Amino acid sequence: MIEFTFWDILRNLLLATRWTIVLSLIAFVGGATVGLLLTFMRLSSNRWLQRLTSLYVDLFQGTPLLMQLFLIFFGAAAMGHPISAWLAASIALTLFTSAFLCDIWRGCLEAVAKGQWHASRVLGMNYFQTMRHVILPQALRLSIPPTVGFSVQVIKGTALASIIGFVELTKAGTMLNNATFEPFTIFALVALLYFALCYPLSCYARYLEKKLYDAGLR
Amino acid sequence: MGPTLDFLTLLPYVSELLKGFTTTVVLTVVTTLTGLSLAVAVAYLRVNAQPWVRWGLGGYVEVTRNTPFIVQLFFIFFGLPGLGIKIDAITAAFIAMTLNLAAYSAEILRAGISATAKGQLEAGRALGMTTLQSYRHIVLVPAFARVYPALISQSIIVMLGSAVVSQISVFDLTYAANFIQSRNFRSFEVYLLITLVYLLLAFGMRRSFMLVGKRVFAYQQGEQR
Repeated sequence: MIEFTFWDILRNLLLATRWTIVLSLIAFVGGATVGLLLTFMRLSSNRWLQRLTSLYVDLFQGTPLLMQLFLIFFGAAAMGHPISAWLAASIALTLFTSAFLCDIWRGCLEAVAKGQWHASRVLGMNYFQTMRHVILPQALRLSIPPTVGFSVQVIKGTALASIIGFVELTKAGTMLNNATFEPFTIFALVALLYFALCYPLSCYARYLEKKLYDAGLR
Repeated sequence: MGPTLDFLTLLPYVSELLKGFTTTVVLTVVTTLTGLSLAVAVAYLRVNAQPWVRWGLGGYVEVTRNTPFIVQLFFIFFGLPGLGIKIDAITAAFIAMTLNLAAYSAEILRAGISATAKGQLEAGRALGMTTLQSYRHIVLVPAFARVYPALISQSIIVMLGSAVVSQISVFDLTYAANFIQSRNFRSFEVYLLITLVYLLLAFGMRRSFMLVGKRVFAYQQGEQR
């Protein structure tokens, strides 16, 4: 039987943290891309497109992330195309992230005063010019703090990928626990590592929020 | 021929579905009440207690908000027995959900509380209300009314997050789904149905919260508008 020292445990957990980070990055970049698309769909003048996007957002915000993960993982298999835990987790987290980011960004775009739209149109700017020169720069500034804040939710969301067998930080924790029977140390370390990833982001989001507030934008 | 969906294969498992549904609902109702009550206490103490209590509670709130729920659950269920504290799965789920909801809600409530003007509290005292009375009527209830929508969303997030308690073998909706799909091998149908149930639960929760809010905060409505 192999003996695990404290440092072996820590080293293995740190190695697994890489996959938590990679999965978070995939989910965040993928989610931002899809989310951006959805945000513009939601703001379009086509009523059906608007309805479809809000249905999408409601569906993903109203169901557990774990179920989304299961449906994609087992659903793909049931349709005769089994996919890896990697791919299932990436897809589920991307869709989940996109729904939340779409909701956040729509709020930011709508937070820019309506009068500015009218003013720009009166000045002879068309829809795209108004978006590009007036609305987007302001909305972008508003959107950064909540987006950074949401990235914490994405990192925490990746922990669920452990349940379909993807070996990231949480899964590594349960596996090490099965080998060493030191649950207290291991799960405290796992929590500490997540905290080390998330807390700086939370603080940064709060700092950005305060900066906006001080600038009188909120 | 492609695979087809067959929901009839779920029929023999109605009792398991009901059992899981009941567990999820009971857990949610109980933890929403305990979690929000604890949140009030934490929010109050984070503003008014001695510095070391404030720091301690600040630490609890930050750790809870910056670690995944599943890790908190595992720490309580698997980790604490290492210290000699043995708890069963449903208690662990109850504790983890309560602590999780309380940490988030305390932070939400704190924002609502700090929005109360200081002069109002002093006015209350001047009118002859006791400290507790003025705190309750002038600070707490209006703060609750102000952040009520955020508290609804947070309680729903915790309910949806409770799907994870199936991992420590609490017989909730998700556990029922896992149990059924291990018998009839119809994973997609089971998970689709359960997802729909969660969706309805979230919808129902929002509705009942709003009904309660309309009654409880009725006299606040004038101020809100």
